[in-house]
Amino acid sequence: MAQRIDVKDLNIYYDRFKAVEDVSMTIEARSVTAFIGPSGCGKSTVLRTLNRMHEVIPKATVTGTVDLNGRNLYDRDVDPVAVRRTVGMVFQRPNPFPTMSISDNVAAGLKLGGERNKAVLAEAVERSLRGANLWNEVKDRLDKPGAGLSGGQQQRLCIARAIAVEPQVLLMDEPCSALDPISTLAIEDLIEEIKTNYTIVIVTHNMQQAARVSDRTAFFNLAATGKPGRLVEMDDTTKIFSNPGRKETEDYISGRFG
Amino acid sequence: MTATVSSPPLHAPGVPELSRRRRTRDVLATVMVHVAFAIAMVPLVWILYSVLGHGWHLLLDSTWWTNSQRNINPERAGGGVYHAIFGTLAQALICAVIAVPLAVFTAIYLVEYGTGRLARAVSFTVDILTGIPSIVAGLFIYALWVTTFGLQRVGLAASLSLVLLMVPVVVRSTEEMLKLVPNELREASYALGVPKWKTISRIVLPTALGGIVTGVMLGLARVMGETAPLLILGPYASSINTDLFNGNMATLPTMIRENFGLPDQPAIDRMWASALTLIVLVLLLNIAGRVVARFSGVKK
Repeated sequence: MAQRIDVKDLNIYYDRFKAVEDVSMTIEARSVTAFIGPSGCGKSTVLRTLNRMHEVIPKATVTGTVDLNGRNLYDRDVDPVAVRRTVGMVFQRPNPFPTMSISDNVAAGLKLGGERNKAVLAEAVERSLRGANLWNEVKDRLDKPGAGLSGGQQQRLCIARAIAVEPQVLLMDEPCSALDPISTLAIEDLIEEIKTNYTIVIVTHNMQQAARVSDRTAFFNLAATGKPGRLVEMDDTTKIFSNPGRKETEDYISGRFG
Repeated sequence: MTATVSSPPLHAPGVPELSRRRRTRDVLATVMVHVAFAIAMVPLVWILYSVLGHGWHLLLDSTWWTNSQRNINPERAGGGVYHAIFGTLAQALICAVIAVPLAVFTAIYLVEYGTGRLARAVSFTVDILTGIPSIVAGLFIYALWVTTFGLQRVGLAASLSLVLLMVPVVVRSTEEMLKLVPNELREASYALGVPKWKTISRIVLPTALGGIVTGVMLGLARVMGETAPLLILGPYASSINTDLFNGNMATLPTMIRENFGLPDQPAIDRMWASALTLIVLVLLLNIAGRVVARFSGVKK
């Protein structure tokens, strides 16, 4: 299921402002890739180009290619809606649908995609909630509102919702930044478990988290405020954190700036 | 905080007391706010008091709710207001059936799709429509319906003039409600591979439903009490007329107008009782709207 992503010569714009410049990288299948870097360096922006969420913002454009399994996601005849079904996303703040119950939240992607079979939906809800380590906590109140859960549970609910549509890639944009340490640990354990089935890309501000969960790490930086962000280097996480190839990477991870 | 850290005494050295100046200002502001509230309440309570006081006894009679004013002279007591209630509800319903979809779709366009010049033009037009005096809306429909098309002044024509008044109210309220839906919900939906139109119809609209319904109810309350266009387009009839396409049709506002200024006590009583009936009707609709809004939309 999981597939690798090849990014080539990616430039990302907000209207005329070039936010990210010249990114080329390979994201391996069935592994966790972490994006780290100071605020404003464009790591979230790059992440959002991987499922064409970037263009949801008015006047946001992209040049370059993002190949998923050899197919460029930015080809003219590619449907962004289909791309997002293949490449799921979890956001910084938990955002369950407030009108829906816990099970409806998980089933939302399938239901809105046209799935009507109750047995199929119920099976997907249980599988996804188990996959997100939330089943035991919510199995007795599946018809209760999703917004009634704690922050950490809501975030796992959002992960369950994302994996319910069986994507091949899961993008996570600082998924733990709004959570307490215990909930963070639960999410990190979960990432460790599901990476056997998915290609995971996670943006994080927390370097320990990057070191704990990821196999590969990409460090982004920007020359100065107002300048476009760029990829400084990308390597195995152990190498980045022990023996980075570039001085600025070392400065950043040792806390000298950022 | 642990028990060993005691909180400092209230008047610790260096922590100044509330100065006399600030205390005076605080009292002054509190008094002014309460006085303003009391003054604002005066007309409301007064209206309710007079309308209730003059009108309540007619409402207790069951014929008030079931009969019309057919064959009842101003100097004679009796008869009911059924014909006017029917007219008001029927015209408001037809108005809502036309205005609500129009207004909600316009609001969706403005919030979810509209950019640039066209959206600004639409928004500007809605602003102008908001400012149109209701009598002008009545005159416009008269010019279109009677002068241009040569049709009769019937219930439907009155409904159409009410549409002009209801649309801008509902557009603005729906727009505000749609803007309140967090963008994160739209993004969450897109990220699941849900197309935009489905995101709007299945995520955004249900989330905003409570507020949209409230806005529709406010719009309905406004058009149900609207009188000026009805004076032009909806001549009063004392009998029941259930046909929106033929003949004169009574409404509560025109019934009030019909009984106003007459010297006879029964007519004066009917005027007050009709006014009270209109208030009760609007109140019931508001309650119904709140109930609908509570049992749908965002779950708490």
